[in-house]
Amino acid sequence: MEWRFDGGAPIYAQIVDAVKLAIVSGELPPGARLQGVRELAMEAGVNPNTMQRALSELERQGLVYTLRTAGRYVTGDEAVIRAARRELAGGYVETFLTAMGRLGMEKSDMIKLLEADEEV
Amino acid sequence: MAILECKGLSKSYGPVRALDGVDFAVASGRIVGLLGPNGSGKTTLIKLANGLLTPSAGQILINGQAPGVETKKAVSYLPERSCLPEWMSAAQLMGFYGDFYADFDRAVAEAMLARLNIDVKARLKHLSKGNREKVQLIMVMARRAQLYLLDEPIGGVDPAARDFILSTIISNYNPTATVILSTHLIADVERVLDDVIFINQGKVVLAAPADQLREQQGKSVDQIFREVFRC
Repeated sequence: MEWRFDGGAPIYAQIVDAVKLAIVSGELPPGARLQGVRELAMEAGVNPNTMQRALSELERQGLVYTLRTAGRYVTGDEAVIRAARRELAGGYVETFLTAMGRLGMEKSDMIKLLEADEEV
Repeated sequence: MAILECKGLSKSYGPVRALDGVDFAVASGRIVGLLGPNGSGKTTLIKLANGLLTPSAGQILINGQAPGVETKKAVSYLPERSCLPEWMSAAQLMGFYGDFYADFDRAVAEAMLARLNIDVKARLKHLSKGNREKVQLIMVMARRAQLYLLDEPIGGVDPAARDFILSTIISNYNPTATVILSTHLIADVERVLDDVIFINQGKVVLAAPADQLREQQGKSVDQIFREVFRC
């Protein structure tokens, strides 16, 4: 997994998004075992407390679960993964709309662009 | 109980107030950035915590005690400048640290030195500046201390060495220990910090969890620092 952090969003929130993306894209398939908190923290170059917080949040959202002694795993629940995909897509759409709005694009212009690569 | 607590802590050098009524407490299990521009009082604060200076007013307490023999057992200190005898080799240093500190874990130090391919038989003066600094950090981090006080651990080293230092801090971190590191290179360290303390002209101007600052202000700690300390 590639770890890049930027801007003003809290680090833990950026980790949550990065892991979510890895799960949705299949890089971390359903049932895959996650590395330990310390290994992940080392890999991402972040504070272990921050990594722990991100994993707890992913757990709260149902994307990963903990087996008491055996570690942390990606959920096998396809519905949860689909919901995460929609949520991430919603975020990208919002970013897209903001950027296009700044360019002065109307929704109809955007649709034309998306559908046909047409000049607007 | 807080591992480190300052109460109305002041230190003057003649007419210069290096620290002026500093109040804060640091809990166990945190990695804390002591951030401020040059001359803001960072090194003075760390020296006070080590008992190398005495307060002009107020108190600094480690585990509720004034700095002294007992607190030095719990505190592992990386000074701003190298303090190690240059004629010693890393192997000799490990013996030296083992004699001085009951909590020194030689196996940990050996493993880190081996990973960096540092010749443990070479005298420090024959190592590069970067390797000398790494040896010193390894000695400091190989202690099983409760409080690590690192004064500018990443100043003056290249980006790869910076990564090594930060990963050493993360990998040696244990949930009951606290790390306080001073620096003015915020962008490099902000990912590893739980809390930040901004210090300027001897006063604490901001103390908060790093992610909380990012969340509330929508900016990186580095950006916030640049705004607070705009010249």
